[in-house]
Amino acid sequence: MSLVSPLAQVETDWQREVWRLLGEVTDPEIPILSIIDLGIVRYVRGASRDELQVGLTPTYSGCPATEVIRRSVEEKLARAGFGHAVIETQLAPAWSSDWITPAGRVKLAAYGIAPPAEAVANPKRLFGAAQVSCPRCRSAATRLVSEFGSTPCKAHYQCTACLEPFDYFKCI
Amino acid sequence: MSASLLPAPSADARLRYVLRLADTSLILGQRLAEWVGHAPALEEDLGLANIALDLIGQARLLLSYAGELEGRGRSEDDLAFLRDAPQFLNLTLVEQPNGDFGRTLVRQLLVSAWQLELFEALQGCADARLAEIAAKALKETRYHLRYSASWIVRLGDGTAESHARVQNALDELWQFTGELFAEDEVDAAMLAAGIAPSAAPLKASWLARIDAVLAEATLIRPADSVFPWHGRGGVHTEHLGYMLAEMQFLQRAYPGAQW
Repeated sequence: MSLVSPLAQVETDWQREVWRLLGEVTDPEIPILSIIDLGIVRYVRGASRDELQVGLTPTYSGCPATEVIRRSVEEKLARAGFGHAVIETQLAPAWSSDWITPAGRVKLAAYGIAPPAEAVANPKRLFGAAQVSCPRCRSAATRLVSEFGSTPCKAHYQCTACLEPFDYFKCI
Repeated sequence: MSASLLPAPSADARLRYVLRLADTSLILGQRLAEWVGHAPALEEDLGLANIALDLIGQARLLLSYAGELEGRGRSEDDLAFLRDAPQFLNLTLVEQPNGDFGRTLVRQLLVSAWQLELFEALQGCADARLAEIAAKALKETRYHLRYSASWIVRLGDGTAESHARVQNALDELWQFTGELFAEDEVDAAMLAAGIAPSAAPLKASWLARIDAVLAEATLIRPADSVFPWHGRGGVHTEHLGYMLAEMQFLQRAYPGAQW
């Protein structure tokens, strides 16, 4: 599944403006990431600015941030004069961590969260051995503490070189 | 329990099929949420809570769909909070009490391995809505299975105490696994409609997964039970009522209350 590039869909000035505004809406759990970095904005469309539709996809079925993000998008767009915007939820294709943008991966690492290590290549493998590097000292000597970290999208790791515990954004 | 005690089959097999999946995720999610603040370590508290969150998220998607199929204007919340036990169609296995951490993880392993096989089949099924929910849930289920399988290996191949506890839990819970692969008129209708997978190959894949984990965990698979459980038909063990009393209290006492 390829990433839908924001630029590929831009047709008009107002749509470009909407993409810019969406780039200012952040994930409440990971505030350095915009929802575009995260890859959850699936489309911006509509025949005119009064018929704007924005498609969002949830990262995880039960992620509590989904509702907050939806409200943030509505408020952001309403303040910029897009009061008629309809925010739609698109479930398929299911979100993948592969959709996090290169810029988003850099931001995650700088924030202290190890970005997803590999493309979702072998989903049938039960016990994974993903190579996760420490976001602080870059050592590859790390160990999995728990498959689940502070949110469903993250696992809990520890660096065995610098001993720092850290979050790892899971491949899904 | 004879089949004549079961509720008459609904005309809408699809609604019942979706409710079975929805209620299984919801009730297991609620059971796991009972661990919040009580797990043996903070990491496991977070792990169980996150699995619960995934399951309740899946239940919300499925219950919303069930509400639309039913066509009586009932929302996901109405279906979760305002039905009584006989209207719940979850697997009997998921309503069983948590017991200790090992028993909770045995139950989780059995269900997650089943959900993995089922969602894998459903993601390509003839019902587009169910297929997209299954495709999403499948990704989450892989982590649930990794988590529970790795714990069962640690506990089974651990100390004499941990081994005995998870073996006992397995011995007690195994009797409920027959229902995972039972086929009644709802399943037959959904199989014919190209939606449900057939049970025999599903069971074979599930068993292969379970056997691999049990072998690594040095645990013995118990003999199958011949007693049929009918949670999917609305006939439950006593445990579900107590659980619903707590889960539904707020909406029963303060109808329509909102956050």
